[in-house]
Amino acid sequence: MEFDVVFLSRLQFAFTIMFHYIFPPLSIGLGAIMVIMEGLFLKTKNPVYEHMTRFWTKIFAVNFAMGVASGIVMEFEFGTNWATYSRFVGDVFGSALAAEGIFAFFLESGFLAILVFGWDRVSPKMHFFSTLMVSMGSIFSSVWIVVANSWMQTPSGYHIVGEGLAARAEIVDFWAMVFNPSSVDRLTHTLIGAFILGAFFVMSINAYYILKGRHLEISKKGFKIALAFGTVFSLLALVSGHSNANMIAKHQPAKLAAFEGHFYTGTQGADLYIFGWPNELEKRVDFGVKIPGMLSFLVHNNFNTPVTGLDQIPAENHPPIKIPFLTYHVMISLGMAFIGLTLLSCFYWWKGTLFSKKWLMRTYIFAVIGPYIANQAGWIAAEVGRQPWIVYNLLRTSDAHSKAVSANMVLTSIILFGLIYALLFFVWVYVLNEKIQHGPDDGTHPHEKQTEGLLQAAVDSTSDYITGK
Amino acid sequence: MDIYIFWFATLGVLLMGYAILDGFDLGVGIIHLTAKTDHERRIYMNSIGPLWDGNEVWLVTFGGALFAAFPDAYATAFSGFYLPFMLLLFGLIFRAVSLEFRSKQESLAWRKFWDGSFFVASTLVTFLFGVAVGNSIMGIPIGADKEFAGTLLDLLQPYSLLIGVLAIATFAMHGSIFLYLKTEGETQERLHPLMWKTFGFFMVMYVLATIATLVGNPEVINNFKDYPSGWVIVLLNVLAIANIPRAIFQGKPFYAFISSSATIAALTFLFGAALFPNLMISSLKPEYSLTLYNAASSVKTLHLMQTIAFIGMPFVLTYTFIIYWVFRGKTKLNKFSY
Ligand code: HDD
Ligand code: HEM
Ligand code: HEM
Repeated sequence: MEFDVVFLSRLQFAFTIMFHYIFPPLSIGLGAIMVIMEGLFLKTKNPVYEHMTRFWTKIFAVNFAMGVASGIVMEFEFGTNWATYSRFVGDVFGSALAAEGIFAFFLESGFLAILVFGWDRVSPKMHFFSTLMVSMGSIFSSVWIVVANSWMQTPSGYHIVGEGLAARAEIVDFWAMVFNPSSVDRLTHTLIGAFILGAFFVMSINAYYILKGRHLEISKKGFKIALAFGTVFSLLALVSGHSNANMIAKHQPAKLAAFEGHFYTGTQGADLYIFGWPNELEKRVDFGVKIPGMLSFLVHNNFNTPVTGLDQIPAENHPPIKIPFLTYHVMISLGMAFIGLTLLSCFYWWKGTLFSKKWLMRTYIFAVIGPYIANQAGWIAAEVGRQPWIVYNLLRTSDAHSKAVSANMVLTSIILFGLIYALLFFVWVYVLNEKIQHGPDDGTHPHEKQTEGLLQAAVDSTSDYITGK
Repeated sequence: MDIYIFWFATLGVLLMGYAILDGFDLGVGIIHLTAKTDHERRIYMNSIGPLWDGNEVWLVTFGGALFAAFPDAYATAFSGFYLPFMLLLFGLIFRAVSLEFRSKQESLAWRKFWDGSFFVASTLVTFLFGVAVGNSIMGIPIGADKEFAGTLLDLLQPYSLLIGVLAIATFAMHGSIFLYLKTEGETQERLHPLMWKTFGFFMVMYVLATIATLVGNPEVINNFKDYPSGWVIVLLNVLAIANIPRAIFQGKPFYAFISSSATIAALTFLFGAALFPNLMISSLKPEYSLTLYNAASSVKTLHLMQTIAFIGMPFVLTYTFIIYWVFRGKTKLNKFSY
């Protein structure tokens, strides 16, 4: 692999988008849960729900600021690093990006001000309305950006004008562009992933309070809301993930083959690997554990029909195998684990022993890392799996970079992004930790200054875990 | 109206909205180190607290609209100005997080760090915007393939740097008037001399920039030959500027703020008029310039986007109005503040 402009630009894009994508899923997921919490407050007038909402609002604001700061970079990075791509897709892609600004970001940023600063300036109903608008705004932003991304994955509703590097795609049918073959599937799945993350985040912090014996009433109520929410969406993730896989089998067979390490089409049903380590040189999967015929069943509803393998696809159009295979399997395993964990917890909830299970609460403190990884892994699989195309079957990633930008320039900016993002990330964790230590203002712990940090708590609970306390 | 001109004008309006709205919060960032106490500084920051993010969305939408309507200009500008643009992005990042993080800790060193970064970021962002405007007026080396063909040094000519400083002066003035409007008591009294100083700074830069533009780039007034009504804007600009000291003197900060907003609007308009019908002027050969015709998307897309804009803009104006209405009046600190 050479460190040329294309490689460095890809590295930078991957790094900056993955950093950005740490924040939006929490905004989307937490936003929706806050709507439920504040809705319950309006309905029951129970102040516990109000304290709860106020607390989460603060967390939301810190997260949101990071999402905004890292999102601005994304908005312009197509122009800075992918100029040829921008010229090629501008006619189609730009309108989605502009729609995002007009329909989503204004809504979100405007009402966020009321959400955070407006508690005593507007009526409770108006405040609830603002929470609802912020939540909808964050969902809308994912709508437009995922539509734009899906169009790159499965282009439709366009025609090509011009030739060579001067060629570009022009819209002929707006709605066909918006509802391209993958957008609905991918959008639902992305949102579900975000909702799962929101639920696990709320459960993590509440579990921590429950273990520490702080803010018990708020935490238990909050935990249950999030658990119900998380269970539903963990189950739905499986359903919508399956539908995604079917869509890919139809529209991006090379990607599916990469996900599954499916090198040869063969004449019989294709197997599904539970896990394994793809060996690209020998064209096989090492250490694999597989279910015979299962892939065929999932794709064709029948155990014996062959599934297109990489041998049917010209070598110059092969995606890399290792990264998509591994990240895809990580996502699915995590998804299964979420289903198991949430269902088990619901069972204990039903039996009334949920909060007395210390080990379960401890597990939840850390479980939030799972959805973060699953969300990132899903995107990496989707994006690396579409290589070598930046716009599927139309424009190659290697042609798409900015001709006016040199490798050194990109290297400089990558290093700076690396430093700045590392700094921001630590500050974010630190500030978030402070907020969590401070806890909700529910009168139970009046401004008591907690000395230990989250990391300390993590270390403590880990050692408790190991020693089985 | 010709759909191409519609989009040129719409981008102008987005830029104008951005310059007026984010202009005052960038300005607050530029002058905020003059605050005497921590309390005072928090008042400064909270005066823009609920507003700055919404203001910045004007820039984001401008970026999206430029991408959609004139993809070639989006691609050439951002890849051509690569390094300055990265600096701009870093500035925007630090501005956002400085505000959010600063008051989250009592520690003096912590607050000093974010205060410093808020100042540097706001000033840098403003300066770079000015430099970009300067370069657009002068023209930059763009080749036949629509790609930037110069080096970083081509972007740092004295004229562009001068416009960069003009931008700092303008926003500093705009921001201090805004703060004066949002504060009361002693804090407000202290802002009074600052308003005069920033106004003086602005006047000096304005005169210098006008001379430099007319001498160095006389073609900026070419369009006025065909559209003499453009001189009305020049006149309004001068009147708006003259009204700033008058309103300050009469103790009517709201009028002063309206006047400085009008000044910024007029300057943006003059910038657009100087460019029209170009988006980016090539200093190599006039034919290589990117114009609103040769850099545009298809007519179908432009019409489609027009529909999106017509649906979206009333909403945007409504939210903007609601937010400014809810947070009207003097800034006070409470437990939700930064
Ligand atoms: C908490 C997050 C999460 C969880 C539990 C899952 N996924 Fe997922 N998955 C995502 C989060 C995600 C994502 C980040 O949202 C992706 C990336 C691109 C996209 O559209 O959604 C994604 C992509 C993605 C794709 C590729 C879409 C494409 O390339 O266009 C497939 C086939 C699946 N998922 C399938 C599944 C299956 C079968 C799961 C079983 C439980 C599953 N996902 C759980
Ligand atoms: C490369 C693609 C992307 C671009 C260009 C982009 C652009 C942006 C921009 C400019 C902002 C700041 C808006 C503001 O100033 O208020 C932002 C924030 C946001 N973005 Fe992205 N984004 C991208 C990817 C995504 C994805 C994939 C999602 C979700 C699925 C997403 C969801 C959000 C949300 C919810 C916010 C609000 C801030 C937050 O909640 O953290 N973005 N994005
Ligand atoms: C938010 C979650 C996302 C993640 C984690 C993500 C991840 C990645 C990764 C890992 C790459 C590098 C692939 C490679 O070079 O092999 C990539 C490339 C890219 N992605 Fe995404 N992506 C996300 C969303 C988006 C969205 C929403 C868009 C567009 C709207 C987008 C557009 C691109 C482009 C243009 C490239 C660069 C070209 C390339 O290397 O393929 N991505 N992304």
